[in-house]
Amino acid sequence: MAKELIRLSHVSMAFDGEVVLDDMNIYFNDKEFLTLLGPSGCGKTTTLRIVGGFLTPTSGDVFFDGVRINDVPPSKRQVNTVFQRYALFPHLNVYENVAFGLRLQRPKISEKETAARVGEMLETVSLRGFEHRTVTSLSGGQQQRVAIARALVMRPKVLLLDEPLGALDMRLRKDMQQELKRIQQQMEITFIYVTHDQEEALAMSDTVVVMNAGKIQQIGSPEDIYNEPKNAFVADFIGESNIVDGIMRADEVVEIFGRKFRCVDKGFAPDEEVDVVIRPEDVDIVPPEKGLLIGTVTSVTFKGMHYDIIVDFYGFKWLIETTDFCPVGERIGIDIVPEGFHIMKKSIYSGMFGDYSSYSEEYDEISDAEYVEEAANDGEVPE
Amino acid sequence: MTRGMKRLSIPYIVWMAIFVVAPIFIVLIYAVTSSSGAFTAANFSNMLSYSGVFARSMWLAFIATVICLVIGYPAAYILSRLGPGAQKICMMLVILPMWINSLLRTYAWMSILENTGLLNRFFRAIGLLDLLGIEFVPMINTPGAVVLGMVYDFLPFMILPIYSVLVKMDYTLVEAAEDLGATPAKVFTKVTLPLSVSGVVSGVTMVFVPAISTFVISRLLGGGSDMLLGDLIEMQFLGTAYNPHLGSAISIVMMVIVVICMSLMNRFGDGEEGAIPL
Ligand SMILES: Nc1ncnc2c1ncn2[C@@H]1O[C@H](COP(=O)(O)OP(=O)(O)OP(=O)(O)O)[C@@H](O)[C@H]1O
Ligand SMILES: [Mg+2]
Repeated sequence: MAKELIRLSHVSMAFDGEVVLDDMNIYFNDKEFLTLLGPSGCGKTTTLRIVGGFLTPTSGDVFFDGVRINDVPPSKRQVNTVFQRYALFPHLNVYENVAFGLRLQRPKISEKETAARVGEMLETVSLRGFEHRTVTSLSGGQQQRVAIARALVMRPKVLLLDEPLGALDMRLRKDMQQELKRIQQQMEITFIYVTHDQEEALAMSDTVVVMNAGKIQQIGSPEDIYNEPKNAFVADFIGESNIVDGIMRADEVVEIFGRKFRCVDKGFAPDEEVDVVIRPEDVDIVPPEKGLLIGTVTSVTFKGMHYDIIVDFYGFKWLIETTDFCPVGERIGIDIVPEGFHIMKKSIYSGMFGDYSSYSEEYDEISDAEYVEEAANDGEVPE
Repeated sequence: MTRGMKRLSIPYIVWMAIFVVAPIFIVLIYAVTSSSGAFTAANFSNMLSYSGVFARSMWLAFIATVICLVIGYPAAYILSRLGPGAQKICMMLVILPMWINSLLRTYAWMSILENTGLLNRFFRAIGLLDLLGIEFVPMINTPGAVVLGMVYDFLPFMILPIYSVLVKMDYTLVEAAEDLGATPAKVFTKVTLPLSVSGVVSGVTMVFVPAISTFVISRLLGGGSDMLLGDLIEMQFLGTAYNPHLGSAISIVMMVIVVICMSLMNRFGDGEEGAIPL
């Protein structure tokens, strides 16, 4: 269905021997809104600059529509860029900034057509009437729109955007997110969007590419990425997560904190050590006597729609989202439906986000004390 | 600005008043009086006989400025694109000559350009003079030697302001232009050059003003035969033709010319930072 437009094949990039991108393999489809998401320094900008032609990869190939374009300069690529800090030409007004690329085209574009296309573009980004303003007199959001218009007026097949909303305040960000999505759909072109804001990525994209340390962690739809994170890194980076060590005792049975829980994952080796991810919103608070696990509330933060509470289970602290108020110090029980457990193979990221392993000995003792009966009664699965 | 800050500026204002404004005022008074102290415009009308000196000074200063620009812009451009280490070293090389007294440097040129100087001796050694059948290549005491001296002395003043503008320029602007289809030549003419105009204006000002008023260079390298404005003024105060009233009048006219030239120049660098405000 979707046509492949750009492909990075075994692309690696190193600066002074320091590997920044490690054997990237990825393709970008036509008319797709794709987001590169990852923490600072993971190589997002580097990837974008390779696609834009500002960097030549140390090894590997870049294909555009099946043609290798490693050595094609940026000026000859059907790709345009919206730079992180806009990079508008300060000596030109809004009109001339947008017309810049058109004036360079050969054969020459007539002044009449230039005016028509610039006008149409300014219309699209809601900047009609700003033609003669100097770009330095515009607000951040308006400069942003000029940068987008300047790139889009070239009618590129692909638009690259490097954290275009990074400098804007919260409200404007949200407005511009919708605006960008609308423009992308209206113009029917591919957007490759870079951000380190996971909410933004989930809200706008058709496809999200999660990166870390120069490697792709997961590629998928926003729903896939959120609901089926492939490893502990993705789970932790996308949304809030509680990640605990577990052991798969059997298909659909996972053991954490010395107790067995029903889950929906299978296909692991018997007794394989795994990472168990539990989203804060998947945890139900119940009276202690009905709880699968019992813990003590150690902090409560009011978040408007809900409370974020931190609950201490045998020395390991969990984040739980709840609409019920639970005072600090209260003993509560929790219940988790089988779908609430996300089981993933142990990866190099295990233990990177909170040192739960150090708690495990402590909890072993406690669990030995508290769950002596259950431990003796091996094989029981709490419902 | 707070009152405390204002108070801090008082010494500077007093300094300016005593050493800048007052002298200009005194020069102005001298220019419109005769030696008897009576008001007169004769100093200005007498100046007409020196129009040749005015023309020559402006012409040589103009040529020196153009040459400095032609050499200085590419030099500044290349400098600004070097790696940080190389940039520091090259910057030192540009600034280093400025640490040596300019009189000394000019004397050095004298001994290079003289009829029996270094260059002529070199030409003799390689047989060039015999080949041409001449005693020496005349270099010293020519307008060319004066221009050479000016260019040598003032080139750093052209390079430095242009360099500082180019170094500060956001490189992503160049990438943005390339992204929109600009060839390297187009990037230069449509982005780099327009954005460095303010540096060029500063550089031109800082070369042209000292060049039009120099007297050391023209005296030592020009031989004093082709008088320049600086020599003419100096003569009125220290030399044989002692007439401080005429000297003052010439200074005033020169000042007016410089101010006019500079304000014309500043039109180009309109509102850009780095331009010298007048
Ligand atoms: N020109 C360069 N020379 C040396 N190292 C570089 C260069 N450009 C990038 N790097 C390094 O490559 C790594 C990835 O950089 P990149 O700019 O791609 O990160 P990023 O994901 O865009 O981060 P951010 O979210 O902070 O913008 C960083 O460690 C950075 O220091
Ligand atoms: Mg970046």
